[in-house]
Amino acid sequence: MLLEKKWQAGFLWKYKSKMTKNDTLKIALVGNPNTGKTSLFNSLTGLRQQVGNYPGITVEKKQGSFHLENHQKVTVIDLPGTYSLNPSSIDESVTTEFLLNNEDKNFPQVAIVVAEAENLKRNLLLFTQVKDLGIPTILVINMADRMQLKGISINKENLEKQLDTTIILTSTRNNSGISELKNCIQNFQKLSGKPLFSNDISTYKDWLSSTYKIGFVEIEDKQKQIAVKKEQHQETVKRYQFINSVLKGNFEKDKTKATDFDSRLDKILTHKFFGYIIFLVLLMLMFQAIFSWSGPFMDFIDESFASLSETIASILPEGKINELISQGIIPGIGGIVIFVPQIAMLFLFISVLEESGYMSRVVFLMDKIMRKFGLNGKSVVPLISGNACAIPAVMATRNIEDWKERLITILVTPFSVCSARLPVYTILISLIVPEQKILGFINSQALALLGMYVFGIVLALLSSIILTKIIKAKSKSYFVIEMPSYKMPLLQNVFYTVFEKTKSFVIDAGKIILAVSVVLWFLASHGGETFDNAEKIVSSQLENQNLSEAELTAKIASFQIENSYIGTMGKAIEPVIKPLGYDWKIGIAIITSFAAREVFVGTLATIYSVENAEDEGTIKSRMQTATFTNGEKVFTTATGISLLFFYAIAMQCGATVAIVKRETNSWKWALLQLFGLGIMAYLAALVAYQVLN
Amino acid sequence: MQTTIDTLQKGQKAVILSFDDAIIPLKLIEMGCMEGNFVEVIQIAPLGDPIFLSVNDTNLAIRKEMASRIFVEIQK
Repeated sequence: MLLEKKWQAGFLWKYKSKMTKNDTLKIALVGNPNTGKTSLFNSLTGLRQQVGNYPGITVEKKQGSFHLENHQKVTVIDLPGTYSLNPSSIDESVTTEFLLNNEDKNFPQVAIVVAEAENLKRNLLLFTQVKDLGIPTILVINMADRMQLKGISINKENLEKQLDTTIILTSTRNNSGISELKNCIQNFQKLSGKPLFSNDISTYKDWLSSTYKIGFVEIEDKQKQIAVKKEQHQETVKRYQFINSVLKGNFEKDKTKATDFDSRLDKILTHKFFGYIIFLVLLMLMFQAIFSWSGPFMDFIDESFASLSETIASILPEGKINELISQGIIPGIGGIVIFVPQIAMLFLFISVLEESGYMSRVVFLMDKIMRKFGLNGKSVVPLISGNACAIPAVMATRNIEDWKERLITILVTPFSVCSARLPVYTILISLIVPEQKILGFINSQALALLGMYVFGIVLALLSSIILTKIIKAKSKSYFVIEMPSYKMPLLQNVFYTVFEKTKSFVIDAGKIILAVSVVLWFLASHGGETFDNAEKIVSSQLENQNLSEAELTAKIASFQIENSYIGTMGKAIEPVIKPLGYDWKIGIAIITSFAAREVFVGTLATIYSVENAEDEGTIKSRMQTATFTNGEKVFTTATGISLLFFYAIAMQCGATVAIVKRETNSWKWALLQLFGLGIMAYLAALVAYQVLN
Repeated sequence: MQTTIDTLQKGQKAVILSFDDAIIPLKLIEMGCMEGNFVEVIQIAPLGDPIFLSVNDTNLAIRKEMASRIFVEIQK
């Protein structure tokens, strides 16, 4: 009886959720880059967001939801920013494909075109195209709060009439217009779905379906390509003629007000001398923040995890489960959580640079210089954001129009010091560089870290020069970049970016580390016959030496780990890594970190804590006291530098290999990169150790 | 006077006359680089390239090479 009721309830619940799913109103956000489309998305959905990927490609798919006043659930899809429905890259093509496919279960019932008051004319091009697909469309003019500052006035009623739409003025900065927009969405049935240019929607749709790929796919028939481009050009001219006639008298811009502030700022920020100085100072500040300012937070986390391990060990009943949790899982997870402050700080800087419009100025400043190395001004963005993570960085190369420059950027981006290297560098530097103040305020360890960043950049540039000579160009290069006006970064957006990215770093890395640390713990605390009889063997060997109880326990523990499964495996590879100055424990850490670099620290933490279960130290103190079997210190300057070189070069990231394969559309480049960097890393580490030791 | 965009001085304004469809990317056209539109040079990068332009109320940067393919008439 009870069971039946439960079943019924479950059924009803399922049925209900299915109902609401069908009733969900679907809307799509479309717009030019830099229009505040994502801010609007954040304002509408808050933290109810999911970030995924479009099937087959790696464009970020952002989806979120909210409820209207009448409790109607709305799903919002934030489509990638584009200037038109004639895409010039795979990223932009996502928007076109999505809006053309009305069979898709997520096909929007309403399209919201987000425009920006300052660039309304250009933004309307996309609006007229979306409108011609016959989708009921709302035009949002964002950043309305800047209109007065920029001397802009709009006749909203007239524009609504001539564009056959509803216009909502919003400002995500002071949250105005959002409730009005929600109202408008609630009354979506009143929106016009009529096209602007023809009465026949299918003509435009058919033309678009047959031509949109021309801008980013190589086709054989050059004549056809040129002919289609002419058609697209004429279509654009036709739409602009219409837009100009609509805006005449309904949109005024007082030019003297408009450019004053920006041009004064540009005079300094793109100055031939001060421009570069400012850029350098900003980078220095970023590294100082990553290393010094996040220090206290990291120490706090490190100590918390060490004491958590201790507490759990004493609370849980002794045995295998206790060991697994206190020696395997907690040190492993702790090894990654400790880097949250640094990663958050890094994403904070990068998102502020992007949001403010400054990143485009850096591209402008750096283009000529980067071209000397076979790169593109736009390569600066992947190379800088590669300092957070190579995966989004490789994806960020998509806006580099030239294939050769793009490929080289992809190939050298992994030299940027990604956040997964940071744990490894941080801990190695703290072991080999004594902490002092240079010139009274520069932290010596921060300076060493900066050195590693510079090393990464130098490697990237040198490799580019070599690659430019090897790789042949497919087509002529070109370069177009929008220089958006300066904006005060929105706290809300910065917060979401930092939160989203840090979360996914912890979760993605956490999953791997959890698995690796459980497997490692098992392999380190189990072994064959010698392992099981460790106590007997060691005691009989050392019978005559009169060791104290504690010394004997330590001897047994290290004998055990050497004869565990992991010890046996490590010993097997030792001959290969011995010339680099590594013992088998470092060897295991390197192998496991081919899944992801940051696993290095977690692996060592797990191995050492199994070995010294009694000693409740932090990861760092355990590494400091680690010795070879002959009693010599493991982490000497030579070993440390050899490891730093190895980690600076080797491509130890499965996810990046996968992304490079996807972005270059071939295993050739991905494997070339993987093995090329691997061999380089081994040789560099070998030379470093042999010279320094 | 007729010339190409790459020869314009900082602050100079001109009207776009013509360019070859096959060379100029559609993206640039969509951003407003079309026959009859005004173009103004706002800034030239420290090493003389790229060039920071305002076209059709849009601020954008292109390389000198492409700028030399766009014919303009200088405004007095």
